[in-house]
Order: sequence, then structure tokens, then C-alpha cells
Amino acid sequence: MTDAVTVTAVDKVFEAAAGQVVALSGIDLAVEPGEFVSLIGPSGCGKSTLLRLIADLDTPTSGSVEVFGTSAHQARVDQKYGIAFQQAGLLPWRSVAANIALPLELHGSGGAATRERVRELIALVGLDDFGDRYPDELSGGMQQRVAIARALAKKPDLLLMDEPFGALDEMTREYMQTELLRISADTGAAVVFVTHSIPEAVYLSDRVVVMSPRPGRIEAVVPMALGSTASRADDLREDGAFFEMITAVREALHGGAPAPGPRGVDNR
Amino acid sequence: MSAATTTATAAAPAPTRSRAWGSGGTARVVAPIVLGVSVVVIWQLVAGSGLVEAYLLPSPAAIGAEIVEFWPSMVSAGGITGLNALVGLVAGSLIGIVAALLASTRRSIDGMLAPIVAALAVIPIVALAPVLNTMFGADSQTGRQLIAALAAFVPVFLNTARGLRQTQPVHRDLMRSYAASNVQIMRTITLRTAAPFTFTGIRLASSLAVISALVAEYFGGPRGGLGSLISTSAATSAYPRAWAYVVAAIILGLAFSLVTSGLERLVSRRR
Repeated sequence: MTDAVTVTAVDKVFEAAAGQVVALSGIDLAVEPGEFVSLIGPSGCGKSTLLRLIADLDTPTSGSVEVFGTSAHQARVDQKYGIAFQQAGLLPWRSVAANIALPLELHGSGGAATRERVRELIALVGLDDFGDRYPDELSGGMQQRVAIARALAKKPDLLLMDEPFGALDEMTREYMQTELLRISADTGAAVVFVTHSIPEAVYLSDRVVVMSPRPGRIEAVVPMALGSTASRADDLREDGAFFEMITAVREALHGGAPAPGPRGVDNR
Repeated sequence: MSAATTTATAAAPAPTRSRAWGSGGTARVVAPIVLGVSVVVIWQLVAGSGLVEAYLLPSPAAIGAEIVEFWPSMVSAGGITGLNALVGLVAGSLIGIVAALLASTRRSIDGMLAPIVAALAVIPIVALAPVLNTMFGADSQTGRQLIAALAAFVPVFLNTARGLRQTQPVHRDLMRSYAASNVQIMRTITLRTAAPFTFTGIRLASSLAVISALVAEYFGGPRGGLGSLISTSAATSAYPRAWAYVVAAIILGLAFSLVTSGLERLVSRRR
């Protein structure tokens, strides 16, 4: 079966005023269909850059990125993935329903089928009575749910998420994490999830990819021995196995040695 | 599902905006009326006291009497000047929007237009009006409309050009992830983001268009507009009548300003 994402020997170098900045160096990564993979690491480790390469929002300096067996560019043109950012990025002049309909409108579908799909998506993210509201009437968590619904509009088999809960408060964040597990189980989509929170990565993922900065590279890939992501629920957060996995990821972040958390990684 | 519904409801911000608006709105309407009425009353007392010569400062009552007497002439004069200002405002705004769109597509065009706009912005109407009157003939309103258009063009161009650069990076990334065409990006994001800026430009332009159309009438051309009637009345020492036409000019300018700021608020409500 073709992998959802295959990253092979990717380097990414940015030209800056002060000279070249190596954002990524020698990255190899494969994500299976339906798999939930988190990228974690301190600021400047290139985790967001890697996500942008998979999304074809940037191109690698060398190496190749394939999505479902085609080039990242072709996958973007074919709308093989949905994406959500740290900022919800809703269009403030459009209602919730019209925001979710945007990707459908841009690709020609319209009318009754679109309205039906939007209704489904609104129900999926639990915003049933809010279709006619505008983004400035919603809380941060609700806006992010609209952004997730929008990313799922075209039923993609791959969901790319760049710290989507990074700006939310802790309670909303935990609630959204459980919602995301439910949604990814419902849709069966593979997820590549960028975060700087260790518990968040552990709670959500099948595998956690630990990255380190200067130059950005993959330090370790830690499989989460916590059962299938679809079966997880909030009680897992108090489970001993959960804390063991948190320790495993934290130690991988420090190259094996138990050490205080590095800058840019929070241990919430 | 019940958990989702509860959180959704609890997280919705309460709609307090309308109530806050009510009390603030009343104060905002009452305060300027109180001030305006006080000024008129004091003006009437000063002008009626004989301390100031009547030709220097006619009393509000005298001006009011002229407004009543010359009402039909006021309406037609306001119509002539208003139409010139409106034609100029619409034409200047359209040209300003198109020019800003062109400037946003190519840096070179932006570079070419910027100094020209800077030059246009400082052209004195007083200098241009006699030239254009000669150019288009003594019985044509075209020169005046051109002057109003020129005055309107500058703020609309500058604000639109600025608005076209305000697209959020997250929106650009999003549209790229959708593999949207340039036309789709323009229609869905860029123009909609720029619209509030354009309408701010149009609001600023509306007062300039009225003033320019009115001042242009001082320099020849057909009679009948507010500007020419103000200068004629003053020249024949009919000072209360001159003031009456000034009041009409103020009302005309306010009307333009109210309509365009209403449009601006409509467009800026969600941004």
C-alpha cells in the first residue's frame, strides 16, 4: 500500500540576509495511511517547515516529498490533503457555513450537494447551531473547529495541522484533542500534526517524531505503546503508560539524558 | 455529543454589543445638537445686539429668512453642484481603484504611478479651474467634474493600494493549499480585504469632491451652482443670502459624507 507521505533525503536551506540558514537536513520520514504522526521539537527545529514542504507551500532545496505516490505539487493540485494552521485563518466576512464551503466552491461543486456536505461537517465538529454565525462571534476553540471542518471539506485522506491548538487555553485544548481523535477515527485520514507540547503529541499520536534544531533534523521516532488512537479517551491522561510515553519523548528530546526541558518545548 | 453542545453554548460570547450601542448612540446624537443650538443662540444674540455690523456677520434669523425665500434656487443650485461632485467622485474613485489594481500587479507600474499621484495630490484647484474652463468652453460642467474627479482620485488610489497589500499570510497559504487560480485569489481574498480601505478612501474623497466642485465654480463657467451663487451674492452685498448658500453647501457636503461613511461601515463590519 502506498504511504500517505514519503519524505526522502530532504534538505531545506533559506537564504537570509545574514547568510544561509539550514532549516532541515537529511530528513527521511514515512507516514502510513490512517496513521497519526506528530512532529515535536524546540523552536527552530524545522517542524513547521517540514509540514509546509509536505503541503507544497514551500519546495525542498534537495530531496523529494511524495504524497500518496505523487509529487507534493501534484497532490496539492489534486487536493489530496486538508490543512489547518495555528491561526484559524477564517475569512471574517463569511459565515461559518460559507467558510467551510470555501474549498468546495473553489473547485466547482455547488448547490445542494455542497450545502449537504457543509451541514455534515458542521455536525461533525459539533457546531450545529452556529452555521449562520460569523467568526468574530466565536471563541478561539470554536474558530479552530471551523478551520478543521474546512480542512475536512473535500474528504482528504491526509490532514496536515500546524499547532492548531497552540493558541487555545488548556481546558479547550484537551477537549479539542479528544475531539480530534474522534474526528480522525471517523474519517480514517492520516494526520501529520506539528506541536511543541509533549503531552499533546503523546495523547494524539501513533508515533512521535522528535526533531532538534540547527540544523533541523530528526532525532528519534518514538512509537506510542498506548493502543489505537481511536480507542483513547481522557482517562488515558492519568494512566501510568501515558506518563511513561511522556518520559520516553522527553528523553528523546534531550538525546537520551534526563534533563530539564529545553527552550521552546513546554511540558504541559 | 452533549459535551460538545454544552461547550459550544458556553463558549459563545454574549451579544452585549447592541445594548452598549444604544446608550452611547443617544449621547452621540444629543451632544452635538446641544452644542449646535447653543452656538446659534449666542450667534443670534451677538448679531442682534448691534455690536457687530450686519454685513460682517448676519444673524441666523436673517440667513434663515433668505433660505426660505430662495429655497427653489437653493435646491437647484445644490443639484447642479451635487451632480458635478457626484460625477467626479464616481469617476475619480473608479479610476483610482483601477490604477491601484494595476499598481498592485507590477512593482514597475507602482513605481511609475507613485510620483504622478504625488504630483496630482498637490495640484491647486485654483490654478487648474481657469485652464479647464477655457479648455471645455464657458457653458460646460466638464471642467468642474474633472476637478472633482482629480480630487477624489488621490485618496481612493492611495487607500486602495494600501488595502491590496493587507492580505494575511495565513489566507495566502490557505488559497495556495487549495490550488486556487489568481483570479479566485483576487476575488475571494485580495479584493475583499482591500474593500474597507477603498471605502475609507471614498469617504475621504467625498468631501474633497464637493469642495472642489464648489470652488471650481468661482473661476467662470456656467452659473447656477452653489459656488457661483455664493460669489454673486457676496459681490452684490447680499451677505445673508451668501451665507444661506454656504449653509446649503454644508448640507450638501454632509449628505455626501453621511452616505459614504454609511457605505464604509457596511463594508467594514466584518474585517
